[in-house]
Amino acid sequence: MEVKYKIANGVLEIFFFGELDQHSASLCKDALDNLLDSTLFSVAVFDLTSLSFTDSTGIGLLLGRYKKISKMGKSVYIKNAKPNVEKVLTTSGIYSIMPKI
Amino acid sequence: MDNSLYMKFDAKSQNEAFARSAVASFVIPLNPSLEEINDIKTAVSEAATNAVVHAYKDELGTIEIFETITGNTVEIIIQDQGVGIEDIKTAIKPFYTTKPDEERAGMGFAVMQALMDEVEVKNREGGGLIVKLTKHIN
Repeated sequence: MEVKYKIANGVLEIFFFGELDQHSASLCKDALDNLLDSTLFSVAVFDLTSLSFTDSTGIGLLLGRYKKISKMGKSVYIKNAKPNVEKVLTTSGIYSIMPKI
Repeated sequence: MDNSLYMKFDAKSQNEAFARSAVASFVIPLNPSLEEINDIKTAVSEAATNAVVHAYKDELGTIEIFETITGNTVEIIIQDQGVGIEDIKTAIKPFYTTKPDEERAGMGFAVMQALMDEVEVKNREGGGLIVKLTKHIN
């Protein structure tokens, strides 16, 4: 599991690589929070193009970051989930708070 | 082409990736679609995560998985010897979690039900939980 980011014109894009589960979520949570605390942005986008797997622990991780970002008064979007990841996201109803773009 | 697999491993989060991959790979001789493989992988990950997170309080326990293939049907039993679940009916409801502070989504059983044909959850006599997942490969 690896997380990279890019910021351009106020849009913070966060790229997830590999498999997101209970183990990897606990390893990348602090890094994500540090990134959100130390970056100036107006919109965040979770880019899941290279995320090959997630279970509901991954949903918990995304929801936790969503709460943090929405407290800052900013929006979050999700893009490019693979079909297997998409199934978990859809089942959890996450798109109703973090729209797909 | 009936077949069976048994594995036992420490209830540690770093073992989840191995367990879900092994269980899903075992089904390959049935020629499943990528979608079916991923469904199994994800459902097993949910059940194993539950055992790692909830089953054992202050001790390192183990998780056992029995997988059997009968015809085109795959049955996967994930069991532990931990504390079990007092109220299973409530626990399997979507968004129900006993650990909201740890950012648990409470969606584990809902995801298993969405991806598998049958999901059965029961407490073991003498302690622990059994989750039985069944999927018919088309």
